[in-house]
Amino acid sequence: MTSWQEYLKKEGHPPVWPYPVNYEKEVEIETDVLVLGGGIAGCWAAISAARKGVRVALVEKSATIRSGAGGPGVDHWNDCCNNPHSKVNADEWAKKLSESNGGYTCGMARQVQCRENYDTLLELEKMGGKIRDVDDEYKGAEGRFDDTKFMFSPRYNYNHEVNGVIRVWGSTFKPALRKEALRLGVKIYDRVMATGLLNEDGVQGKRVIGAMGLNNRTGEFMIFKSKATILCMAGPGSIWVFNTEMAGITTFRSRAMSGDGHVMAFRAGAEMTMMEKSQSLNLGTGFKHNWYGGAGDASYENIHIVDANGKPLPVPYEGWGSNLGQMARVNAPPRNPWEIVRDGVLKGEYALPFYGDFPAMPDVERRITWGLMIGEEAICRIITDSYNKSGFNPARDELQNYQLIEGRSQPQWRSVDGGGGRGGILIDDWNMRTTLEGLYATGDQLPASGDHNLAATTGRYSGRKAADYAKQVGQGAVSREQIAKEKVRVYAPIKKDDGIDWKELHFGTSRAMQFFCSEYKTELLFKMGLDTLNEIEENYVPRLFALDPHQLMCCNESLSALACSQMILQASVARHASSKFLDFRRIDYPELDPPEWNKFMTMKMENGKLITGERPFGYWGDMKKNYEAYNKDYTGVYNGK
Amino acid sequence: MAKDKVYACPNVVTPSRPVIFTDKCKGCNLCVEVCPVDVYIPHPEKGKAPIILHPDECWYCGSCVYACNIPGAIEFNWPLQQRGYWKNKTTGKVTRVKS
Repeated sequence: MTSWQEYLKKEGHPPVWPYPVNYEKEVEIETDVLVLGGGIAGCWAAISAARKGVRVALVEKSATIRSGAGGPGVDHWNDCCNNPHSKVNADEWAKKLSESNGGYTCGMARQVQCRENYDTLLELEKMGGKIRDVDDEYKGAEGRFDDTKFMFSPRYNYNHEVNGVIRVWGSTFKPALRKEALRLGVKIYDRVMATGLLNEDGVQGKRVIGAMGLNNRTGEFMIFKSKATILCMAGPGSIWVFNTEMAGITTFRSRAMSGDGHVMAFRAGAEMTMMEKSQSLNLGTGFKHNWYGGAGDASYENIHIVDANGKPLPVPYEGWGSNLGQMARVNAPPRNPWEIVRDGVLKGEYALPFYGDFPAMPDVERRITWGLMIGEEAICRIITDSYNKSGFNPARDELQNYQLIEGRSQPQWRSVDGGGGRGGILIDDWNMRTTLEGLYATGDQLPASGDHNLAATTGRYSGRKAADYAKQVGQGAVSREQIAKEKVRVYAPIKKDDGIDWKELHFGTSRAMQFFCSEYKTELLFKMGLDTLNEIEENYVPRLFALDPHQLMCCNESLSALACSQMILQASVARHASSKFLDFRRIDYPELDPPEWNKFMTMKMENGKLITGERPFGYWGDMKKNYEAYNKDYTGVYNGK
Repeated sequence: MAKDKVYACPNVVTPSRPVIFTDKCKGCNLCVEVCPVDVYIPHPEKGKAPIILHPDECWYCGSCVYACNIPGAIEFNWPLQQRGYWKNKTTGKVTRVKS
């Protein structure tokens, strides 16, 4: 085993950086469609564009094979309206989704998702993704169909009234997508962090004609010249809390999700919206994976939770036969039955700790839940395998749940991730194009984004739209001045060996957000937050230092977090109302969702100045009509080469 | 008896060892190439196990473990504060994950 300190002790010196370092050396690549971000959305965008016969370059900060939230896996393919067992209509479902969350949604994304996600799923299967129980492991399971071998989840489907959420083997997806992208000739650039967009003539607000990036192993400067650019870099993570020692917090996303794409778009002049949205951070202690609100291991939606004496807890159960009702989770505000339970605990009615009662489940549903649902979801396989290796047997053992004993997230610890999505780049038309010519956005870079298959479908959609556009235009005029400015900004930290490190900078910006943009919100607090961040930008950013290309990347990620924090505060200033749906409560404007504020607040940079604006709810128009008008040439499942 | 040299090192970051490489590791570096947050660097000597350089950035995704094609070469090592518990429903015995 080799830790850094063991190596030092044995060899008498630290290891030399193992990759050839060439700071500031320019590497130029020309392509037709540039895809920034190699997660689920990015891989689909690249594949879709490549199918149209154009040159495609895919840029990924990590390694495409397992990068992004969906890289290690996924358990559910949601909102799958067009599957053969579905009892819902795609257009109606999309409309419902677009009207949920008070109207703060992205209508284009939902329509595309509902119309095309079954086609997308079938294409995934062709590429090698496992989407149905072909090995008959779960015969007899409730929700399984013998003819198609699709397995449906009880989600929205407690009494089989929807059949819209398919249980899938998501760990097979990313490698299959990458393989397909390579087969189609996509040029993949791993370990490259995109840092800035190129505008025509270097002018903010003009057509986007490529991007710049940093190789985080060699330090080289990458210049990508393209005709169309698709943003697939997810959203800002670790804004309010950043602490590497508190492993288990904000671990639904890796550190790599640092909001680079949002900052790049904003700096280039694209219009953003919903940036004021945030919510309480779900803790992820125990074995983390905070999707299920901390205590995630045993609070999986279809497992009954019991107390230390086996007494069932009166908390929502979302398994087969539940009476929670259809669409409950789409439209209902968050409920907190755990407050009732907590009172019961203090009175001695329930005994801590709590457990997920796996042994009580029917055998096949238990196997599906442990092995397939939890096992295939995001980064959970290593969790289930670790338990199994240590002797855990779900047929015999109850899995501990950490509700209450792990404590609660501080009100100051917020996150942009959560129900109803987050702020993102405004989509201006039914080509999934932003307000900038040549620039498209997908997945978690969209406002009010959804999940894995929303990333997949919007990626797939944007890819073909960007390719169509790229075929009609020429290369734009790149500005050497824009490149030179970006190089100075990106490389500043390697000019120093001492100063302030990236972690301290990030902690500093997080603390400002905790003080000035959390539980208590007022105009004065927002302004103080902005003053603090501006002070950090002026006085401390110039003191950032990095000792190697990896640390240089980390510095730039911390700069993205700073810039995203500024955007969140600026968006907060602009909304003079509170909103239940945006989880945005201002003391100085306490009225929740007054009708005159039921709209999207927007923001963009123009000539270096911040301009705020607005868009009405439903600005995307008639979803069915517009989708069909823009997609007359859509032929469903791809059958080409 | 000659004493080992004692170096002045900064504190080791926490958590410090997301994985343990055993003697079975041949240094093929598949784990290095798959890691989403680039916590590893290849060992300067070919054939030796990678060096865990940035354990504090580890996402605990397990991608390195699943990329490895030598059984037993790499073992996951949850930080002490992250090891989960369970209880035997019949006997009531509480057990904790070992690593």
